[in-house]
Amino acid sequence: MSRESVRPAARRAPRRAMLASDVPQRRWLGVLGIGTFIALWYAASLYIADPSTLATPLAVLERFVSMTHEPFAGSTLQEHLAASMARFGAGFGLSVLIGIPLGLAMGWFQYLDALVKPAFNVLRFIAPIAWVPFAVLWFGTGYGGPVLIIFAGAFPACVIGAYGGARLADKRLLEAARMLGAKSLRILLSVILPSAVPSIVSALRVAAGNAWQSLVGAELIVASSGIAYIMVRGQMNRTIVIVLTGMLAIGLVGLLLDWLFGRFERFVQRRLGAAAV
Amino acid sequence: MKPASPLRLRMLGVGSAVAWLVLWWLATDVTHWVDTALFPDPSAFLESLQQIAFGNYAGGDLLKHVATSSWLVFRGFLLAVAIGLTLGLLIALSAFWRDFLAPVFNFLRPVPPLAWIPLALLWFGLGDNSKLFVMALAASIPLVINTTTGVTQIDRTLLAAARVNGARGWNWLWHVILPGAMPHIAIGLRLALQTSWTVIVAAELLGAIWGVGRVLTAAKDDVYPGMIVVGMATVAVLGIASSLLLDWVESRLMRWRTR
Repeated sequence: MSRESVRPAARRAPRRAMLASDVPQRRWLGVLGIGTFIALWYAASLYIADPSTLATPLAVLERFVSMTHEPFAGSTLQEHLAASMARFGAGFGLSVLIGIPLGLAMGWFQYLDALVKPAFNVLRFIAPIAWVPFAVLWFGTGYGGPVLIIFAGAFPACVIGAYGGARLADKRLLEAARMLGAKSLRILLSVILPSAVPSIVSALRVAAGNAWQSLVGAELIVASSGIAYIMVRGQMNRTIVIVLTGMLAIGLVGLLLDWLFGRFERFVQRRLGAAAV
Repeated sequence: MKPASPLRLRMLGVGSAVAWLVLWWLATDVTHWVDTALFPDPSAFLESLQQIAFGNYAGGDLLKHVATSSWLVFRGFLLAVAIGLTLGLLIALSAFWRDFLAPVFNFLRPVPPLAWIPLALLWFGLGDNSKLFVMALAASIPLVINTTTGVTQIDRTLLAAARVNGARGWNWLWHVILPGAMPHIAIGLRLALQTSWTVIVAAELLGAIWGVGRVLTAAKDDVYPGMIVVGMATVAVLGIASSLLLDWVESRLMRWRTR
């Protein structure tokens, strides 16, 4: 008998991969990809050598570090970041405080749902950034204006998440609660709210992402401080390194926010999963 | 509480739309709860609408502004679809390109779409090209993600059956992969359209000659509440209209699903 026949079948006839997901990930290719990207960026910025068009990755990093102790546009990077986070917190917090109770109530009271839905559906289609003129007119450019725009960005996701969660409530539980004589408000708090929690928590993550995105737009157009305002100044001075530094900072904070809300989501799911068993 | 009948709820919906309009009129013209310097009454809104529809505001009439923005969104959206689908399919089908490109993609993804605008302004100036660049970049991201998800969620048995029956190359892509991933691609298209509108409004607020964002900027600078509402209503109507158009295109593309 030849040696051929003892070779494992898998090696004789390798399964042809149909999709990329059939092949395990090769990390070295990813490192190569990022490396190529940065090398191309580096080469392009050295070749172009125009401070209004491109800056080297190293220059961006250096600027990022130096801006943490040298003020730009009146403040250091941390101070701009703090201004942005204060706006983010106010806009996002308001949208959670108003949007989630409204969504839950709409999910439970059909008449309220029918009453509010037409207005909500129209408002939902207005891009948050289109609130800029009213934000300026009503609240000015400093703090209140951007907060309205952030609120407009995060609000729909909060309402939709709470609404969807409330509609998911177990019909049998609702009937049991009603049969045992619970009033509407009691049902809303003790039956609907708990069953809506997972959906609300997922919605918070989406809402936070939308709020961050709206904050960037708001600060580009109406603010005079904040992390995205840095980029406006960089663009007006035609220094791309400032713009790229701003993008780096915005990307990092966005990642951090998404990571935090993702962790929170998993934490809640785990706790609820444990409670359900 | 008894479940209300669908007809009753529908009537209530229409009634509530009317009620909101009456409330608007009551709050501004009758009770003067709302200062008309901050929010227009219905007649001021209609006057502004008339002015821009039949006359001229911010350098053109309403049709000119709507046409400028819509044409930009249309081109930007098509660019995004071309880039997003190509990149998404590449990442979903080829392990090499997935491993090579996905980390770069994930490196750029956390930067929100609007944060690209200052960069685009420096690279392309205030014209159409900077807006197209940001739309193509920002709106293609949800398409890449959803195309990739869509392809990986196709039924494996179906894929294997198609392979055994000799589906290869173009056939494989056009008759197996794309239709299979279509439900998810549809979600990506919707998000891409929404992103395109957000980007165009923001970009036009930062600088444009015509367009709905230009109307909003002019109304803001003139402190003209009636025109602000006209601009916002235009943004909403355009968003709704383009999303209905997308629904129609999708229903034609996905006819096989209902058969």
